[in-house]
Amino acid sequence: MFQGFIQIALTLLIVIAIAPILGKYIARVFLGERTLIEPVMIPLERIIYSLGGIRAKDDMTGWQYAQALLYTNFVMGVFVYLLLMLQGILPLNPTNLIAPSWHLGLHTTLSFLTNTDQQHYSGETTISYLSQIAGLSFLMFTSAATGLAVGIAFIRGLTGRPLGNFYVDLTRSITRILLPISIIGALLLLILGVPQTFAAPAVVTTLEGVTQYIARGPVAAFEMIKQLGENGGGFFGINAAHPFENPNSATNLIETLAMISIPAALIHTYGIFANNTKQAWLLFWMVFTIFVILVSVTAIGEYQGNPLVSSILGAEQPNLEGKEVRFGWAETAFWAVATTATMCGAVNGMHDSLMPTGGFSTLLNLFLQIVWGGQGTGTAYLFIYLILTVFLTGLMVGRTPEFLGRKIEKREIVLASVVLLVHPIVVLIPSAVTLAFPNTLSGISNPGFHGISQVVYEYASAGANNGSGFEGLGDNTLWWNLSTCLSLLGGRYIPIIAILLLADSMAHKQPVPETAGTLRTDSLLFTGVTAGVILILGVLTFFPVIALGPIAEAFKIANGQ
Amino acid sequence: MSIVRDITKAIRLTFVLWVLTAIIYPLVITLVGQIFFPFQANGSIVENLEGQKFGSALIGQVFSSDRYFQSRPSTVEYSQGEATTGISGASNLAPSNPELVKRIQEQVEQLEQSDIQPTADLVYTSGSGLDPHITVESAYAQIERVADARGLSEDEIAVFIDKHTQGRFLGIFGEPGVNVLKLNYELDVQQASSQ
Repeated sequence: MFQGFIQIALTLLIVIAIAPILGKYIARVFLGERTLIEPVMIPLERIIYSLGGIRAKDDMTGWQYAQALLYTNFVMGVFVYLLLMLQGILPLNPTNLIAPSWHLGLHTTLSFLTNTDQQHYSGETTISYLSQIAGLSFLMFTSAATGLAVGIAFIRGLTGRPLGNFYVDLTRSITRILLPISIIGALLLLILGVPQTFAAPAVVTTLEGVTQYIARGPVAAFEMIKQLGENGGGFFGINAAHPFENPNSATNLIETLAMISIPAALIHTYGIFANNTKQAWLLFWMVFTIFVILVSVTAIGEYQGNPLVSSILGAEQPNLEGKEVRFGWAETAFWAVATTATMCGAVNGMHDSLMPTGGFSTLLNLFLQIVWGGQGTGTAYLFIYLILTVFLTGLMVGRTPEFLGRKIEKREIVLASVVLLVHPIVVLIPSAVTLAFPNTLSGISNPGFHGISQVVYEYASAGANNGSGFEGLGDNTLWWNLSTCLSLLGGRYIPIIAILLLADSMAHKQPVPETAGTLRTDSLLFTGVTAGVILILGVLTFFPVIALGPIAEAFKIANGQ
Repeated sequence: MSIVRDITKAIRLTFVLWVLTAIIYPLVITLVGQIFFPFQANGSIVENLEGQKFGSALIGQVFSSDRYFQSRPSTVEYSQGEATTGISGASNLAPSNPELVKRIQEQVEQLEQSDIQPTADLVYTSGSGLDPHITVESAYAQIERVADARGLSEDEIAVFIDKHTQGRFLGIFGEPGVNVLKLNYELDVQQASSQ
């Protein structure tokens, strides 16, 4: 047990160490300061801008930024949908896969477009190599870059700067951050055993003389951007539990760090933009604390294992259902919490088979959306909570609420409320509809309280743009494909538009000089109150479904049923 | 008018970024892989002394003979069967699902019939259905059975278990696992050469 927690603690230490370094680098990239790879990237970006017809100097308003984002995303979505539907007649399809059904194709496209990567299919049996690299992997880059651009535009607005140019931010996110790290990471994964080939599945005769089909493909390049961009859609059906996606504990460490590093770093990026590293560290520690609590709860649950099974085995054994030996309980528990915290959604063990404590932590992450949070958007949500806290504490002490010297007024609060209200709406309403028709719509595979968790998890994962799932759920149906599409789109674009408009209105406010009466937001007390607001607003909204799902299941198992 | 201009811009930028991230990036990684690391890049496929492919060093197989160490239970039979694309999969049974307890009881009975002391990884199905490893403890739980079937001493086999145990990364991360395919293949080779 001790050894398992040492692994977790060391991984966390690495995160603490690399987050400020990467955060500083990201800040330099978007502040237009010199970076090491500039000599290579500036000519490349010039080519991109001139071919794309983009004038890099134009700053955009919030609404223009949102429009550019929506048009670009729309074009990319249409393109990839066509690619998927035509894969049967396109090359690089050694297993002769036909096009997916129209609704599965639509769900898959929107899911990757929104940085969710929820999958209602198995990669091996559904998606050709061409669709994987030219469609899905392409969206992994652009959706991550879109999120990052929004996060940066929001930080710029909060700190009183012009929002910037969406096309430039999108391009720079790819050329300066995602692509360079992906190239290095993909090569490391490749050396450590992740395949990168266009050859058909290998056919071998096993030692006992049976034919075995070994699926492979261009996995290494796909895998790295999948982790780094918080995408999480697996090349293979079983995602990073597959030995070809994640062959050993070295690749597991690289992939774990890749998924946490950017969301953790962005908090520090904010600190540099706002010239207030103290506040950045306070927020970092706040999120870190929630994260560590959830990891611990999950890890202890998996280590103690399933009492129903332990009684058969005659000894307390860790829960290894849906887990790989090379990762064990500790790394699987850590990954499960990290992947739902960061909205990555890749899995290295099956969440459906986690103990109820794991179901609790993963669901809570999906509900809160700020324990690191998605690429770019998670950091924005964090500051939305901060703005709401400023407003609430302002009300309590009877002062005009101010954040970074800018007054928080009606428009800001309305937009912030929209961001926070979208999530429960796109999660709870469709869950209620689906649960009302358990036999026809739900596709539940595990009976009892866990079945409720399966349905809620699927919509929470779609709405939070996470992508992991309680995968026993029979979700490749017309109902599931289309209803989750609404949660995917609602959970992605409504908050993004609201975030950009909010950033715009903050950027245009006259700064108020700081006086002795100003409520300081970089104090431990204020950060503590923020944590309280997050827990009250985030947890209370969803508490009934948590009680009906994992908590009830935990009591049931504890009673030996 | 401005909508047309914006859409045109979006199409042009999409195309340029597509060439960069969807064509150049994977091709560069593929080229490096195929030229410098062809073994890993093609799936770590292993061949026997006659040059026949008998599996991948990273993917497990089904073993039922007494002469072989058994792998973990798999819901997809280690992709041995009809699906020519290759498959992966897990049970996705919840800890509270009565099916899980029922399946594990059956698995325990089966192991006891083969004189193997049941361990957690030998009764729980793996995440991928392709797990190449078992725990060291599970290997030792099977050593007597394999030794008897092969007429070898347990000490001789223990050497090979040790050889094919993949340790923790840097001695810290992950869990040690015995690669069942490599271990069983080595036993076959050793016995063939000593006869």
